[in-house]
Amino acid sequence: MSEHRPNKTVAAVSEGPTATDEFIKGLWRDNPVFVQVLGMCPTLAVSNTAGNALAMGLATAFVLLMSNILVSALRNFIPRQVRIASYILIIATFVTMVDYAIQAISVDLHKSLGAFISLIVVNCLILSRAEAFAAKNNVGKSMLDALGMGLGFTLGLFSLGAIREILGSGSLLGFALLPANFQPWIVMILPAGGFFTLAFLLLGINAWQHRPKNTTP
Amino acid sequence: MSATQQRTAESSANTRKMLQAMVGLGISCALLIVLTYEGTLPRIEQNKAAALEAAVFQVLPGIVTMTPFVVDENGDFRPATAADAPADRVYAGYDGQQQCVGVAVTASGQGYADIIRVLYGYAPHREQLVGFYVLESKETPGLGDKIEKDPGFQENFHALDVSLDPAHQALKQAVVTVKQGAKKKPWQIDGITGATISSRAIGNIIGASTQRWIPLIYQQQARFAAPKPSAHE
Repeated sequence: MSEHRPNKTVAAVSEGPTATDEFIKGLWRDNPVFVQVLGMCPTLAVSNTAGNALAMGLATAFVLLMSNILVSALRNFIPRQVRIASYILIIATFVTMVDYAIQAISVDLHKSLGAFISLIVVNCLILSRAEAFAAKNNVGKSMLDALGMGLGFTLGLFSLGAIREILGSGSLLGFALLPANFQPWIVMILPAGGFFTLAFLLLGINAWQHRPKNTTP
Repeated sequence: MSATQQRTAESSANTRKMLQAMVGLGISCALLIVLTYEGTLPRIEQNKAAALEAAVFQVLPGIVTMTPFVVDENGDFRPATAADAPADRVYAGYDGQQQCVGVAVTASGQGYADIIRVLYGYAPHREQLVGFYVLESKETPGLGDKIEKDPGFQENFHALDVSLDPAHQALKQAVVTVKQGAKKKPWQIDGITGATISSRAIGNIIGASTQRWIPLIYQQQARFAAPKPSAHE
């Protein structure tokens, strides 16, 4: 009789992660910026203001979402030998669409993001989610994975952008935050500021994750 | 069927599947791109025209109004109409007394990564370029994009000599880019170390464009004198 009794642990393992897990993991546990440390090129380069960071994060999230959906939907149609070429084709298509959309929204925004919009094509985060997740899971799960990872990436970029803009310009999203007598830390909006901010954020997050656990009941 | 024949048939089927997948994807992706392009084109053109107008006020300091001009079939400047292609226009800028301060000209050419499109301001009474603005560029971030971000490079275009020969038919000296720190003459552009190709490209673009436009604008200054200006909004 005992072998027919449902084992909760085994059941949980065989069912795999829930839909919520697929979404949440990208936001914190496997955050693309702070944990996987992926897509560092745009992370460091266009996070000099919160607005740029937000726009780049959302553009990347859109491409990630659409490419994950398409790769997952076509996973049984695309032969294994040409899968990477197909994924790049799909990603490049959505990047081109985003490029046109940003130009239609604001030429200034397009100019400030510069070549980094086109470079979303080679963002390793997007290709890695297509190959490691979307190609092996159904559309629903792939969509949740992309949403979580995309929002996690946006969150990472926005955190950096907000810190750099506040300290480097005394404002957030263009609105003055600090008193007029605040002397902006110019280094924060320069490339070096990106490295400093990312280093301190990674340090803080690692310290938090490895904090001593309170084992007393 | 022998094993060899079976392998050949499988291989042929695999090739067909790969071809079908790539061709199918390629056509679908091309369709998506074309639809997006067509859908966003009017808005993009509108945004670019507004950005260009703002840039004209930047490269011609002190102007309060501007009027676009085109060259007609006789080679004479006339005020542009809506039917004239934006790419063929030059922009005359006027101060508060409606005096023509200068003319802004667009130019483009091959950069390191892609076509670079720029706008420069020419002041005929000074025979100098007085402003420069990069309208479009995909040069390498952190290196080539210094052509639009480096204040030292921008300084080159505040008084760049484009004076004409006595016959007013050609530039006395063509604009050229030299190595960083090697600028000795007023018609030279001080290049950028680390962005050599991009800064040279700017020299080539400005050089070619000024050879074509400056003699023409200088000879026909009077045509820019009585405009029907449009106020900057």
